[in-house]
Amino acid sequence: MQDADPRLNARRNNLVIACVCVALIACLPLVVKDVYAQNVLVLTLMYAALSQSWNILSGYCGQISLGHALYFGAGAYVTELLFTKFGVAPWFGMAAGGLVAATIAAAVGYPCFRLKGHYFVIATIVIAEAGYLLMLNWDYAGAAMGIDVPVRGDSWAKFQFLRSKLPYFYFALAFAFVAWLVTWMIEESRWGYWWRAVKDNAEAAESLGVEVFRSKMAAAALSAFLTAIGGGFYAQFVSYIDPESVMSFQFSLLMALPAVLGGIGTLWGPAVGAAILIPLTELTRSFAGGSGKGFDLIIYGLLVMGIALGRPEGIVGALSRRMRRSAA
Amino acid sequence: MSESLLDVRGVTQRFGGLVANADVSMQVRKGEIVGLIGPNGAGKSTLFNAIAGVRKPTEGSIYFEGRDVTDLGAPQRCALGVARTFQVVKSFETMRVVENVMVGAFVRTASAAVAREKARATLDFVGLRGRENAMAGELTPPEKRRLEVARALATEPKLVLLDEAMTGLTPAEARQGVDLVRAIRDRGMTVVMVEHVMEIVMPLIDRAVVLDLGRVIAEGPPKEIVRDERVITAYLGERHRARSA
Repeated sequence: MQDADPRLNARRNNLVIACVCVALIACLPLVVKDVYAQNVLVLTLMYAALSQSWNILSGYCGQISLGHALYFGAGAYVTELLFTKFGVAPWFGMAAGGLVAATIAAAVGYPCFRLKGHYFVIATIVIAEAGYLLMLNWDYAGAAMGIDVPVRGDSWAKFQFLRSKLPYFYFALAFAFVAWLVTWMIEESRWGYWWRAVKDNAEAAESLGVEVFRSKMAAAALSAFLTAIGGGFYAQFVSYIDPESVMSFQFSLLMALPAVLGGIGTLWGPAVGAAILIPLTELTRSFAGGSGKGFDLIIYGLLVMGIALGRPEGIVGALSRRMRRSAA
Repeated sequence: MSESLLDVRGVTQRFGGLVANADVSMQVRKGEIVGLIGPNGAGKSTLFNAIAGVRKPTEGSIYFEGRDVTDLGAPQRCALGVARTFQVVKSFETMRVVENVMVGAFVRTASAAVAREKARATLDFVGLRGRENAMAGELTPPEKRRLEVARALATEPKLVLLDEAMTGLTPAEARQGVDLVRAIRDRGMTVVMVEHVMEIVMPLIDRAVVLDLGRVIAEGPPKEIVRDERVITAYLGERHRARSA
C-alpha cells in the first residue's frame, strides 16, 4: 500500500534526480578547465548549500533570518583560530565551528523566538551586526586585520590546496549534496512536519502537541551548524578572513536570496536559485569591472521585487503548482 | 456517577479590570457530551482556552484525570489527551490535508509512515476521504471544519474540545456534524462543545453548563435548561420564552 503513495514515489524520484545531478556536476571539471569558471562553480555550490541550510530555519520553520552571516563567520573564525593558533586540522575546526554556531543560535533564539514576524527579522540583523563589530575589535582574532591562513602545503589532511581548485570543488559539491540530503530527510520526518506546522500556524501547532519554542530552537541549531561548516570551508578556500569578508550583511542576503528566488521552503528552491543567482552575480562583477558592487546589488533588488510581485512562491513553487493543476 | 475526567475548580480569569471568568467550577465525566453555552461575551472561549492550556487562569485550578494540569501548556495537555478545535479555523494552509492531520498524529509516534496511516484512517472517519492530497487552503469552509476535527482526533485524545464547530454550516451540514460528534463519543471519547446554535446542540448534549457574564448560572440536562428562568432571560431571550410557552 505504501508503494502506491504518489508522495513516496516523488521522494524516491527526487533522490534519483539529485544523485544524477551530483554525478553530472562531478564531471563538469572535465569540460570546465578555466580557473575563473571553476571558481564560480565552487561558489555556486557553496551558496546552494548555505541557502539550503538557511532554508531549514527560514523556509521550513518560517523564522526569517537575515543574520546568518553570524553563523557563517563563527564557522570561519573557529576553523581558522583553531588552525592558526593550535594547529587543529580544519576538518575538526569546521565541526567545532558548527557546534559553536549551533550554540550561538540557541542563545540568540532563546530571547528572539519570542518575537514575531518583522521584529524577529530585525533582531537577527542587529545581532549579526553586533557579532561583526565584536570581531572587528577582538585583537586575539586579528580584529580588523583578520587572519591570514598560513600555507602548509597542499593536502587533504590540512584541507589546503593552492595549485588546484578541484579539491574545493568536490568538497563544495559534497557539502551541497549533504545539505540537500538533510533537507530531503527532514521533509518526511516528525521535525519537518512540526516545523512546517509552526510556520503555518503556531497556535494550532501547540494545540496538537508541538512544542513550538523547542521546534524553532532545533531548526535554528541545525541551520546554524550547517551554515558554519560553509564558513569554515570558505575560510580555507579564500585562505584569508576578516570581519568584512565573512561576516558582512551581504552574506546574510546571499544565503537568503537563492532560496527566495528558487522557492522558499521547497526542497529544490535553494539549489535552483543559487544556480541562477551566483553565476549572474559573478558575471556582473566581471562585466562591471573591479568589485562591481553596486550592480550585483541592483540585480538582487530587482529579482526580489520581481519574485515578490509575480511569484512569491519562487520558481520551484510556481512550477509545482502548475504541475499539480495539469495533473488535476 | 462515573469517574470525573475534567475538573475545573474555581477558575477566575481577569484581563486588567475585566473579569472574563469568575469562580467557575464544572466537572465533566467520562463519555459525556457537555455543551458549554451562553450569550456572546459570557466567557465561554476564555474558559475553553483555560481548559486547553492556552492561558493559565488568574486563580483556580484545572484537573484532568485527577491530575493538576493548571501549570501545563497546550502541548503537554495535548500529550495527556486533551485536543481542541478553533472557532476560527486554523488550518496549515500550505500543507496537504493528510499532512495537516499527520501533525496531530506525530504526538503519539515518530514514524511518518505510521502517522500517515493514522491520518488517512482519521480522514475516513470524519468524511474527508478522497481529499487527502488537496492543499488545506483549497478546502471549502465546512471541509476545513472537518479537517480541524480530524487533526484533533489524530492526537488520540480522551477529551475533545469543540469550539463552535457547527457555526457557519448549513442545516444539512450541521446534521452531519451532529452525527460526527456522536460517532466521536461512540469511540469512547468525551466531548465538551462550545456552541451557539441551540437547535443543534440541545438534542445532542447530555448536559449543559450555562455561562453568563463569566459565571455559571445553570447546569443540567438540556430539557431542564431550556425551561430554566435564569437561562431564558440571560440567553434565550423573550422571543424563545414566548414560543416555548
